[in-house]
Amino acid sequence: MTNNVSGNAAVLAAHDISKEVSSPEGSLTILADVSFSIAAGATVAVVGPSGAGKSTLLALLAGLDLPTRGHVVLNGANLGELDEDGRARVRAESVGFVFQSFHLVPSLNALENVMLPLELAGAGDARKVSLDIIEKVGLRDRWRHYPAQLSGGEKQRVAIARAFATEPAVLFADEPTGNLDSRTGGTIMELMFELNRSSSTTLILVTHDHSLAERCDRLLSLDTGRLVNDSKASP
Amino acid sequence: MKAVTFALRSFGRELRSGEVLVLLAAVALAVAALTAVGFLTDRIGKAVARQANEVLAADLRLRSQEPIPDALSDKAAEFDLQTAETNTFPSVVFAGDLSALATIKAVSSSYPLRGNVRVADTLFGEQRVATGVPPRGETWADGALLARVEADVGDRIMVGELELLVTAVLTYRPDQSIGFASLAPSLLMNIEDIPETGLIGEGSRVGYALLVAGDEAAVSAFNDAVETDETSLLRVSNREESSDRANNAADRAQRFLSLTAVISLLLSAVAVAMSARRFAHRRMDTVALMKSLGATQRFVISVSLVQLMLLGALGIIAGSVVGFAAEETLSWILSDLIASDLPGVGPMPVILGSGSALVLLAGFALPSLIQLRNTPPLRVLRHDVMPPAPSRILVAGLSLVAVAALLYRSVGDARMLVILLGGIVIIAAALYWVGRALVASMGRFRSGVGVAWRYGLANVARRGRDSAVQVVAFGLGLTVLLLLTIVRTDLLQGWRQTLDESAPNHFMINIQPHELESVASIYAADGIEVPEFVPLVRARMATINGVSVKEREYPDPGGQWMATREANLSFAARLSSSNEIVDGEWWPEDYAGPPLVSVEEEAAVETGLVVGDKMTFVIAGRELEVTIASIRKINWDSFQPNFFMVFSPGALDGMPTTYISSLRIEKEQQPVLIKLVRAHPSISVIDLDSILQQIRGIIEKASLAVQAVFVFTLAAGIAVLFAAVQSTIDERRFESAMLRALGARKRTVFSGVMAEFAALGAAAGILASVGASILAAIIAAQLFDLPYEFNPLIWIVGVAAGVLVVCASGFVAARGAVNAPPVDVLRAA
Repeated sequence: MTNNVSGNAAVLAAHDISKEVSSPEGSLTILADVSFSIAAGATVAVVGPSGAGKSTLLALLAGLDLPTRGHVVLNGANLGELDEDGRARVRAESVGFVFQSFHLVPSLNALENVMLPLELAGAGDARKVSLDIIEKVGLRDRWRHYPAQLSGGEKQRVAIARAFATEPAVLFADEPTGNLDSRTGGTIMELMFELNRSSSTTLILVTHDHSLAERCDRLLSLDTGRLVNDSKASP
Repeated sequence: MKAVTFALRSFGRELRSGEVLVLLAAVALAVAALTAVGFLTDRIGKAVARQANEVLAADLRLRSQEPIPDALSDKAAEFDLQTAETNTFPSVVFAGDLSALATIKAVSSSYPLRGNVRVADTLFGEQRVATGVPPRGETWADGALLARVEADVGDRIMVGELELLVTAVLTYRPDQSIGFASLAPSLLMNIEDIPETGLIGEGSRVGYALLVAGDEAAVSAFNDAVETDETSLLRVSNREESSDRANNAADRAQRFLSLTAVISLLLSAVAVAMSARRFAHRRMDTVALMKSLGATQRFVISVSLVQLMLLGALGIIAGSVVGFAAEETLSWILSDLIASDLPGVGPMPVILGSGSALVLLAGFALPSLIQLRNTPPLRVLRHDVMPPAPSRILVAGLSLVAVAALLYRSVGDARMLVILLGGIVIIAAALYWVGRALVASMGRFRSGVGVAWRYGLANVARRGRDSAVQVVAFGLGLTVLLLLTIVRTDLLQGWRQTLDESAPNHFMINIQPHELESVASIYAADGIEVPEFVPLVRARMATINGVSVKEREYPDPGGQWMATREANLSFAARLSSSNEIVDGEWWPEDYAGPPLVSVEEEAAVETGLVVGDKMTFVIAGRELEVTIASIRKINWDSFQPNFFMVFSPGALDGMPTTYISSLRIEKEQQPVLIKLVRAHPSISVIDLDSILQQIRGIIEKASLAVQAVFVFTLAAGIAVLFAAVQSTIDERRFESAMLRALGARKRTVFSGVMAEFAALGAAAGILASVGASILAAIIAAQLFDLPYEFNPLIWIVGVAAGVLVVCASGFVAARGAVNAPPVDVLRAA
């Protein structure tokens, strides 16, 4: 196991985190003693085969779930010391998400979906900021549409707009192109990297796609719950 | 504030998507049932209250079977009170060759002292408040009476020997009978015309009344002054007393209807709980997402509460509108049964309906929404992560508290409430297990049927718990409807069959002793068998075992009424064939000892009388003491003249006596009756056939109204079905897509779903048929004293209706799931 903890500018750090769940066959370790630290503005790909623990790691890093042991520090907050609402507040302030299956609220239109995290964080100019970013993702003419009226690629654009709207410190993307064809997936990733560059957000990308992973600054490889490789991606 | 905005914004969309429609419908249904019944009972209650106030047309009414002594009106004048006099009696009126029985009301010029008489200038014309009373020689007659004798305003009609000019149609008088329209329509005339009618003779069945009104204290003082005079035949009624009985009846009707509404409410509660579960489930993903985006639990719960309240508000509005429309329809159905122009409704039913809807939502929808708050945000990544199930104690507790709160109003007493709640829990549990057993037995047929049926039956069995709830909810709705349609007809027919063909169909009353011979000869001349004349002496009970009937305590309120009302006494040497002695002994035919009396069984029980008790009666100012010799049971269905009190021969000798009689007169023999009443105008002939017809009409209409209320029960059952189907819609969509991907044709999949509903419907039909049959047997035995004959039609109609309605509503509910393109479904999964 390689530990590559780069000190001061760390926006996200995992300290010996493990996750165990109980199953009919007894306790099952999904993640074991994972530690790393990620500098602000970095782009990091988490890779590994199915069942390696990628999604679990993402959930723990974002405070969606708590580790059995160890702790996560996100943008200065020790998530283990916070209750659920406290972790929600940290997410509202510093986290954005892009999911494989988009996860747009079906009852809200594109604009309202983008406004949602801004409103949750208490931003005053939610509408204007949202319209701006919707324009950036190329959906200016479609902001009134509801998710059911959008294609997969368009949905993911809305999701990306939503993720960047709050200018989060960290953006978690879970297989963002997994439900898209390769061409659409490509443009979506271009968009993500572009927004990442322009907003200096830290990007944590869980993916199966090696070509995608290789575009990141750093590669965390997981296998059966262990961090087996932590390296700079080959240029 | 954020939460409210968000809730409002997404609610409109969710409403349009149809997701919350079943929940909304369930709430609306509960509100509709409650407000419809509430509106109706509110109206009936108001009508009764208003009439109770006016029913005397005075503040105090003194009644007697004899002319009221002038001394009393003089006394009233001493107290500075207004007075009016009325005579009321039944008589046949004529117009040309047509005749009809009427209630003659002869009034003095100051009538009515309270309330107004209303008349119209033409039949069905605009009504107006009348000034004064009909002048001499004129009359105002009820429209129904005019219709029966084919007369109109401006025609002349004969009342006894006097010809009167009809100058107006009588549409309302304050002291007309309460609630259900009186059987004999009335005719208002001037009291000074009475002697010329020749209708009033000794012992005539005339009600004399002195109406008194004025200052409250003076009325009360006058009341005390006249009430001490117990030996007279005088009967004093004040407002409270007169409204009591009417209120009792209205109260009972109200409770009955409220309980009906409560059944609908409980079924709606089941639908609310089921659809709220689905509502919450559908929202879990959104909640998880919002939490991942930083929403707090408080935000989540606020959004849910706001949406729940919006839903409640919409349900209340929709339900109130439907309820109001239903009430309008119901009062229209009942319009000629309940006295005309019912007072407008108050806001109370809406308030109660709304309150109940909120209680319903709090008790049955809240647990699911509270659970929503605990949705783990991890669900955005792992779809199988669920919030912990809400605590069973919380769910059961909340729903029980809600039901108790809802029931309390209909029951109104804590002990009854506990009993009722216990009953509901036990019955619900029993029904649930019956439902499960039915569902389980359906599964047995799986091996012997085709693929569609096997798939359908497998589904019924797999969703065992939900299936059982659907079977029971729907079965309950069906039970009450079966009971009201088929069973009611059966019972009415059974009742009619107990009247054999030779049963009397006419009553004659008010036959004077000197008329007996002449009446007998009129019948004999037409070849009609001369009927038996039964003597009738009018009296008032004064004391029982030395205690005044006013002070005595009675085992039953009916007993007090029995003891204090005007009593019709008769005497006989032989026991009537329709009577049977249940205690004591009937006197020998040649008995000539001290006065004895035989008392009817129910009257004896309610009044607390036993063999050997002594009673005194006041008859025409004379007191008569009598000992109870026996207790009798009467078969009232015989339509023979029967009496609560039958005296021994000779006991009533010398008292003012009239005779009554019953006989059968076929249609073609009816001209004899015209001959009879022409010759003896004071004799009243009552046509039982037409009265029976009227009673049947009343029963038909009343049960139609009740049925309309029960339709809500059925609708609530359907709502449960919809909620249940909806809660499985995702599963069904997936299954259907799977089956179709595996090569099943759409039709096959659809047949499977229909087979499932057919099985559920059949089970509900069986449950309803059994329930209706058992209830019918109980009702027949307990209420109608009739042997109930099992009707196989119940089963045919019950099961057919069950299958049909469940399949139809299931079709509507599940159509979308089956039709969804498999590719979309499987890709989305």
